[in-house]
Amino acid sequence: MREISYSQALAEGLHEEMVRDPSIFLAGEDVGVYGGDFGVTKGLQKEFGKKRCFDTPITESLLAGLAVGAAAMGLRPVIEFMFNDFMTCAMDQIVNQAAKMRFMFGGVVKLPLVYRTHFGAGFNAAAQHSQSLESWFVHTPGLYVVAPSTAYDVKGLIKSSIRDDNPVVFLEHIFLYDKKGEVPEAEYIVPIGKAQIRRQGKDITIIGYANMANLAVQAAEKLITQGIDAEVLDLRTLKPFDEPSILSSVRKTGRVLVLQEAPRLCGVAAEISAFITENAFKQLKGPIMRLTGYDAPMPFSPPLEKFYLPDVDKIVEYSKKVMAY
Amino acid sequence: MRVELELLETMTRIRNFENRVMELFADGKIPGFVHLYLGEESVAAGVCKNLRDRDIIVSNHRGHGHCIAKGASMKKMMAEIFGKSSGFCKGKGGSMHIADVGIGILGANGIVGAGLPIATGAAFSFLYHETDQVAVCFFGDGASDQGTFHESLNFASIWKLPVLYVCENNFYAESIPTKEHNNIAHISDRRHGYGIKGMTIDGNDVMKVYETSKEIIEELRKGGGPFLLECETYRWRGHFEGEPQTYRPKEEVASWKKRDPVKSFQEKLLSENIVAQEGIQEIEKKAKEEVDAAVAFAEGSPFPEPESALADVYSKSL
Repeated sequence: MREISYSQALAEGLHEEMVRDPSIFLAGEDVGVYGGDFGVTKGLQKEFGKKRCFDTPITESLLAGLAVGAAAMGLRPVIEFMFNDFMTCAMDQIVNQAAKMRFMFGGVVKLPLVYRTHFGAGFNAAAQHSQSLESWFVHTPGLYVVAPSTAYDVKGLIKSSIRDDNPVVFLEHIFLYDKKGEVPEAEYIVPIGKAQIRRQGKDITIIGYANMANLAVQAAEKLITQGIDAEVLDLRTLKPFDEPSILSSVRKTGRVLVLQEAPRLCGVAAEISAFITENAFKQLKGPIMRLTGYDAPMPFSPPLEKFYLPDVDKIVEYSKKVMAY
Repeated sequence: MRVELELLETMTRIRNFENRVMELFADGKIPGFVHLYLGEESVAAGVCKNLRDRDIIVSNHRGHGHCIAKGASMKKMMAEIFGKSSGFCKGKGGSMHIADVGIGILGANGIVGAGLPIATGAAFSFLYHETDQVAVCFFGDGASDQGTFHESLNFASIWKLPVLYVCENNFYAESIPTKEHNNIAHISDRRHGYGIKGMTIDGNDVMKVYETSKEIIEELRKGGGPFLLECETYRWRGHFEGEPQTYRPKEEVASWKKRDPVKSFQEKLLSENIVAQEGIQEIEKKAKEEVDAAVAFAEGSPFPEPESALADVYSKSL
């Protein structure tokens, strides 16, 4: 099977959907003429025209709200926020409008929009360009949140996210754009709400998403040489997360390590941990542990960022702590 | 019916509705907050008379007048305000979130300034589909300071979107007088910052509002580009019902009440022999009956089932 990069796979997914459905349009900063920071939207303006793929001024609030108005009228906007850090400028439109309009209006509208964005760290972009804000969106009723970690998943999930009638926050980890993976030529969808077992194992369940899921797979390869057979569960969707798959894995292994790059407090890992404790307590052989970022903004200098970020070695270390309980 | 009578009828209906909501709220029959449109009826009536069902309005927290003028059922509005399941939003939204997308009401909104990007997005969809629909956004002088105002006008200007931004300048943003929350002579002066057309008119003159917006909307349908229409008016009540209004001089309120848009229009129509006193009374009577029926409907409707609190959060997924 051919191997293409995450950004290429995403580009293919967007292109296929735009061909299929004329109500889809793309908007954001630098997406039109420039083709996006990672080439994801390259060529789309030329092929589909300015109305369907256009650049906006640096006005995140308008960008988010334009999508709400257009979606309410039957279009399917795919909006790009260059960094999830910039979504903070649009929070009212995202949280008070997009997430709530359907509910407040008693279900008479649907907002089939996608807010695509780059998140995560690893390029020394410092505090305002390195955040992982996914838990804010998971916490907001009315939003779906998706974070694919492979080329295969990003193509399948952008298609299902666009086709879904709910507002979806689509998180593309900044580290993944060049990562190559097997992607079929034929059309396929990855459903929202389904996790994937990236590696089967029996001793410990390591749960992660986006870049952390990939690092967990690498860590599992080291762990097996040390006699620990890790099962890696890639959430893929953060909301609604795949409850049966998580419980099935945990009931099998009894030991859990949850990963997130985001700061520790009130992250997705905390939610997953609580969920598992509520539903599979008897099967747990020890407490669920989390390997996360810190309650500190992302520092700039390379050794500081390296200290901050969970990596393969730390995943191995924490897995052993979980096993040792 | 002559347009003058239709305008008088709409204003009278709004006046009656809001007066009744005021009484019911004082009697403790209405949960939450209400923000009354009393004194501003001419703006909604005048603008919306020019709109079709497929045109869109986006309203704000002071939205009952806009919704009535756009054709919303008083019964379903009152039921929504009461929190009943027969309301527009099944009791999920309340006064500040009344919506009827089927007749082009893309919602009242509880966040000042939030409607502008949404209306701009709706206008974009009309450009996208190449229809002659227009979007109208109602907001106040306070909202024109919010960042969303600037971002929206800027974008609408670049794309020449079919959107009419109606600023109801009632000279107060909550408790702050206009002169203290911006430093310009007229809100419509802001049009220059965005390269769009605009003007300021007496919002209490319903014929002026109607005729001015008629021209603007006709132009919009032909691709004339966005317009900022400032309508100077005055709210008779507080920002919300129950607030003490210590920030407005009594003489100022009294002087604006003398410029009552409904009463002054009645007098004008009488003096021009467009209507007789009996005609005015008939319009009043009908409006009162309609409001009575709406209240009866609301009071007689059930509250929603508790579990419906969790319905309609998400659309059915794939």
